[in-house]
Amino acid sequence: MDIISNLITQTLGYSSTLLFGSTGEIITEKSGNLNLGTPGIMSIGGVCGVVGAYFYTISVPEIVPIISVLITLLSTILGSLLSTLIYSFLTITLRANQNVTGLALTTFGVGLANFIGGIINNKAEGSSGISAFPEIATIYQTKLPFAEKLGFIGKAFLSSGFMTYLAIIIAILTAIVIKRTRVGLNLRAVGENPATADAAGINVNRYKYCATCLGGVISGLGGLHFVMQYLSGGWNKSAVEQFGWLSVALVIFAVWRPLLGILGSVLFGALYVIPFSIPNLAPKNQQLLELLPYVVTIIVLTISSMRKKREQQPPESLGTTYFREER
Amino acid sequence: MNSSAAIELVNITKTFGSVIANKNVSLTVNKGEILSILGENGSGKTTLMNMISGIYFPDDGKIFIDGEEVVISSPHDAFKYKIGMIHQHFKLVDIFTATENIILGNEDGGKYNPKKAVEKVREICELYGFEIDPTKKIYNMAVSEKQTVEIIKVLYRGADILILDEPTAVLTPQETEKLFNILRKMRDAGKAIIIITHKLNEVLELSDKVAVLRKGEYIGTVNTSETNESELTEMMVGKKISLNIERSTPIDPEDRLIVDGIDCKNREGVKLLDNVSFTARSGEILGIAGIAGSGQRELLEAIAGLQHLETGKILYNNPKTGNTDDLKDKTPLQIRELGVRLSFVPEDRLGMGLVGNMDIAENMMLRSYRKGKSLFLERKSPRDLAEHIISDLEVITPGVTTPVRRLSGGNIQKVLVGREIASAPTVLMAAYPVRGLDINSSYTIYNLLNQQKEKGVAVIFVGEDLDVLTELCDRIMVICGGKITGIVDGRTTTKEEIGLLMTNSHGGENSEQN
Repeated sequence: MDIISNLITQTLGYSSTLLFGSTGEIITEKSGNLNLGTPGIMSIGGVCGVVGAYFYTISVPEIVPIISVLITLLSTILGSLLSTLIYSFLTITLRANQNVTGLALTTFGVGLANFIGGIINNKAEGSSGISAFPEIATIYQTKLPFAEKLGFIGKAFLSSGFMTYLAIIIAILTAIVIKRTRVGLNLRAVGENPATADAAGINVNRYKYCATCLGGVISGLGGLHFVMQYLSGGWNKSAVEQFGWLSVALVIFAVWRPLLGILGSVLFGALYVIPFSIPNLAPKNQQLLELLPYVVTIIVLTISSMRKKREQQPPESLGTTYFREER
Repeated sequence: MNSSAAIELVNITKTFGSVIANKNVSLTVNKGEILSILGENGSGKTTLMNMISGIYFPDDGKIFIDGEEVVISSPHDAFKYKIGMIHQHFKLVDIFTATENIILGNEDGGKYNPKKAVEKVREICELYGFEIDPTKKIYNMAVSEKQTVEIIKVLYRGADILILDEPTAVLTPQETEKLFNILRKMRDAGKAIIIITHKLNEVLELSDKVAVLRKGEYIGTVNTSETNESELTEMMVGKKISLNIERSTPIDPEDRLIVDGIDCKNREGVKLLDNVSFTARSGEILGIAGIAGSGQRELLEAIAGLQHLETGKILYNNPKTGNTDDLKDKTPLQIRELGVRLSFVPEDRLGMGLVGNMDIAENMMLRSYRKGKSLFLERKSPRDLAEHIISDLEVITPGVTTPVRRLSGGNIQKVLVGREIASAPTVLMAAYPVRGLDINSSYTIYNLLNQQKEKGVAVIFVGEDLDVLTELCDRIMVICGGKITGIVDGRTTTKEEIGLLMTNSHGGENSEQN
């Protein structure tokens, strides 16, 4: 029983990084913008959390848990917001090609994150002898207080850090907003047919900016979660980037629905965890199993393309820029 | 019936650069009244309506609504003054339901409540007799249903002044009748309705008043009950203006192209060409007149082998071999090889025929690329040809290596027509070759066509300006809703005669949207 509950907890850990990433990307894509800069934004978001942790640690004698969490969250939000703004400005205001801009942002973001992460790792070792910030990371990993009392369910599903539950709450909220509110209706209209939205009096550019920026920030939180959960507050080269790409794939898997995104992230997380949990597995077989999430994505893409159901297609104007005078 | 003015335009003027789209237009629509705006293509109908609905802003003039002067600077303002426009091209989100489309962007301040909205949509439907399922998705709808959604959309927003831009262009006769009944009900409910159309029979059937525009100018408003078809046609096409285009007598005309009973349908199964038959003769210019989108494009494409034909024959008498071929069995390339050339100038000029980013010489190569023998491109002869065209047709360009995109519209058209002529065709089809050109460039093109005619080419000229057609062409064929409504002699006909044939949509018309 313990092995199973342990496995579930681990799965939930990995899947929340993916869930942040894909929820953010779904919001972005619903506005008709394909942001392939997500891996870069998640990397920057993650490393900004590390930077926040570093400056907070060196400037106070004793760490106050709640403040340390707020500071790291805030620096992540700020970092991912700024990097998303580069993308938004280029693709929405200047109407640059979204794919090229996104890929450039990923290259840039991952590089910048590795650079900053390297500096912090050096500095931290040099000044106080720490390579990471385990105290702060521990706060992020703290289980829900009542988890232990609830037996198997508690152990399996409630033993993750608060970020896991935040990811699920954000995904559910996103689903409700997209499906059941006026804002969501307008957002979908912008992503489907911006000219129609414009004619109906919706400010297309404002919706696109808000959606890409909010999406970027949520994706960035995924980077922070990964850093705190698995790198004990430090930085490790390109580990986050890999999850960024998986998140983009997950959006397709979830056919642009945040609730399916939750299921998909758990599945992807499990596929990621299982290879490590099988004892005595040869490395080459393990690497083979790590391919599974991508294989599943291709299968889903094939099936959803074949079924041609209109509701399961990407937003119609996804990837195109909108300019009113080109009607 | 309440007869106070719902909207009044006073001396509205709008220019685009040097082109005058609307000049001193004044009209009044009362509550509970249907006004038709009648005019040929390019007479400024849509521009005028776009100013009322906030898409364009007038240069001069005043707009009064309910007696008060207003400024309409955006579609949002138009909503505020309860003006609703139903565009010719629907603005709907395909994967939304009818109701979702109707409430889109409608900030009434209330709580977002799709269920209540569905109820309200049902109420509107009952009030005016619309038959539509508010929860049906747009992509499952037929064209007429989509139009209904557009109309409900403006009613939902509480519009009191409705503008419909060629609403019947996409409808079948039965659907048109249904729409008219609904419009009459709305009129009786006190709405002011403006309908843009160029179908005379609809004007007479539906409207209370008719305002006529001609080339941007406001000709006048008449009460429908006090007018008739011929008076309206005369207002619409105007008195004859002499253009002094040369016209030589055809020399030894022989039948070059015999089109016999061709039909053509679009993907929705609407007939775009209906039993079209005519003969094009060598040494003669055959004009094709008609409201834009009546099937001219499909007809030319059918001859060029670009349309799938249901029935009929297109016989081509080859002057070189003396053989007769049916073009229906040939590929577009084979048809081209026979000397049947198409130069189509679409609205966006570069859409078909030329590649904007390539230079003039390279665009010449688009027609001859198959002739190359070696691995590398042979640039010499297309370059010579390009230089030829530039000097002969007085194309204004910095050089043969300038991308075509950077030339002005008239020069682009000269390049396009010049290339087709250069291949020594036996049949030359030119659609709207003077579209958007100034007077001098237009005359250059007319002269080019005349030269071809004198060389014994069968020229087919699709034009918009009736003055030009009646002076340039030897015979004029009039097409309306995919049907040939008449072939007249260019020397003896009158604009009124052609105008009547152009709008002569007896019964089962199905012209596509233009």
